[in-house]
Amino acid sequence: MTMGAERPMRNPSSGTAWGQGPWIGPGILLVALILFPLVVRNAYYQHLLILVLMWVVIGSGWNVIAGYTGQVSFGDAAFFGTGAYTAGLFASKLGISSWWAMALGGFTAMAVAFPFGWICFRLRGAYFALASLALNEVMRHVATIWESLTQGMVGILIVQTYVSKVPYYYIALALAVVSVAGIRMVVASKWGYYFLSIREDQDVAESLGIDTHFYKMISLNIAAFLTGMAGALYMNYMGFIDPEVVFSLHDISIMAILVGIVGGVGTIYGPVVGAFVMVAVHEFFRTGFFGLFKLLAAATGSAMVETAASYVAQAHVLGFGVLVVLVIRLLPNGIVGDWKKIAGRGVRPGSQGVGQ
Amino acid sequence: MSFFEVDGLVKYFGGLAAVNGVSFNVREGEIFGLIGPNGSGKTTIFNCITSYYPPTRGSVRFKGKEITGLKTHRICRLGVVRTFQLVKPLGRMTVLDNVIAAAFCRGSGKREARETAMATLEFCGLAHRRRAQAGSLPIGERKRLEITRAMATQPELLLLDETAAGLNPSELDAAMELIRRIRGRGVTIIIVEHIMKVIMSVSDRIHAINFGQTLAEGTPREVADNPSVIEAYLGEENAQG
Repeated sequence: MTMGAERPMRNPSSGTAWGQGPWIGPGILLVALILFPLVVRNAYYQHLLILVLMWVVIGSGWNVIAGYTGQVSFGDAAFFGTGAYTAGLFASKLGISSWWAMALGGFTAMAVAFPFGWICFRLRGAYFALASLALNEVMRHVATIWESLTQGMVGILIVQTYVSKVPYYYIALALAVVSVAGIRMVVASKWGYYFLSIREDQDVAESLGIDTHFYKMISLNIAAFLTGMAGALYMNYMGFIDPEVVFSLHDISIMAILVGIVGGVGTIYGPVVGAFVMVAVHEFFRTGFFGLFKLLAAATGSAMVETAASYVAQAHVLGFGVLVVLVIRLLPNGIVGDWKKIAGRGVRPGSQGVGQ
Repeated sequence: MSFFEVDGLVKYFGGLAAVNGVSFNVREGEIFGLIGPNGSGKTTIFNCITSYYPPTRGSVRFKGKEITGLKTHRICRLGVVRTFQLVKPLGRMTVLDNVIAAAFCRGSGKREARETAMATLEFCGLAHRRRAQAGSLPIGERKRLEITRAMATQPELLLLDETAAGLNPSELDAAMELIRRIRGRGVTIIIVEHIMKVIMSVSDRIHAINFGQTLAEGTPREVADNPSVIEAYLGEENAQG
């Protein structure tokens, strides 16, 4: 019934739904992330890691509602943008520090999620996904048209609090750690069992005394809260937003899905891995294969290569599409979900198929 | 006040009456069989009782309380739980996690839910499979998981929808033995079943329906000898003989 249930059966030998892996891997990663800005002074790499951490938060949120609860959302940007605008409007309209809006951004995103979920969780599977896509577009249009509040396409510009990237980095890191640890706790609790039951079969969940509507609401609101916080962080960090940026379907909503799918749907650390991969891929395209095309253009002096370079920079959505096809074909459970497969025998296309 | 009461249940799908005025009472602690040919409305009755869809008319009362129209999960929490004819394992969860999810029904903490789940798995003879992925179980064990999961919600009334269908003879005996043991725990059972050997031997009373209407009710012997029941199952000519 849910989209999740239509996906191929998980390989029984692959990781448990809880992601009860050892603490060593994540622990090492955490230490490395804490030390990173002390070692790497380059502002560009610090910027990339801030983005990665922000995507860990968004991807983890998406993973709660889509990965664990099976309600695939195509509208994460609605929550992200709401959070970002909350922070932006606080600063520009009320003159209050936009940092206060970090927490508030989560709650305003929930204020959007609540009526949406209340109405749209009557829909199942693909229908819910479509409704969430519509929410995304509705919010983008509201932000564009309601100029007296949002300044429409002009966007909102605020003065950033810090010149250095390091404070933003640690705030993003703290948010990411709290998100992942919080979700880990939630998923191991009664709520986690209920989320999974709903994903696997809503009728069964109901028959076992689970108020599926209520728990889908909880799951969505967790996702919205985290995504809204990430949006508010983005506003603080970037200093500028407009509707096309923060309510973007492909740069936010689809990206959130990719972070989840590439890393591993329904795994704790999947979105963490997915965030690293997707930010790298995004950057790879944005910079024209890390400047390769520019280099070629300069070397050959060919106008064609130069044109190609500018196209490539804009082709990241196409690249995402190809990536999704490859990931679903080769690693249906994502990098974390299929880790044993990757570690065990390398990736062999088509050999260890889907479903057992 | 009877323990469980279905009164004048009617369910229309468009112009078709799937259930057309069925009434019965179930006494506490009994095994109540519900029989009828294919498409006679048995599963529809279950779906109406557990509110998968609302009945067109009629009411369902459990321990004197009207449960018609309550949400499915509320009915479960009141102590009425059903299994599915087409088994529905929560496929990508382990057997144990399937049962734990059900055990949370009684508002217990995680440790308690786990203990309830383990005890129920032992009781239903599925403990040795607790680490298996539910989706990987063969049909016999899937049927057993359906019952185990339902039992983990600690029901007072258990609705079994064709739990014996598709089982081999030895599994069949085990299933009947399990049904009797569940009743032995004081759980009242309504069982829908096609396999006559099963329903005739486990039921205390049987209610026979056809075309959504009551044919007969009584002990298994009485129902088996009832001409209209024989007619419904075997056709008119055989009923004469």
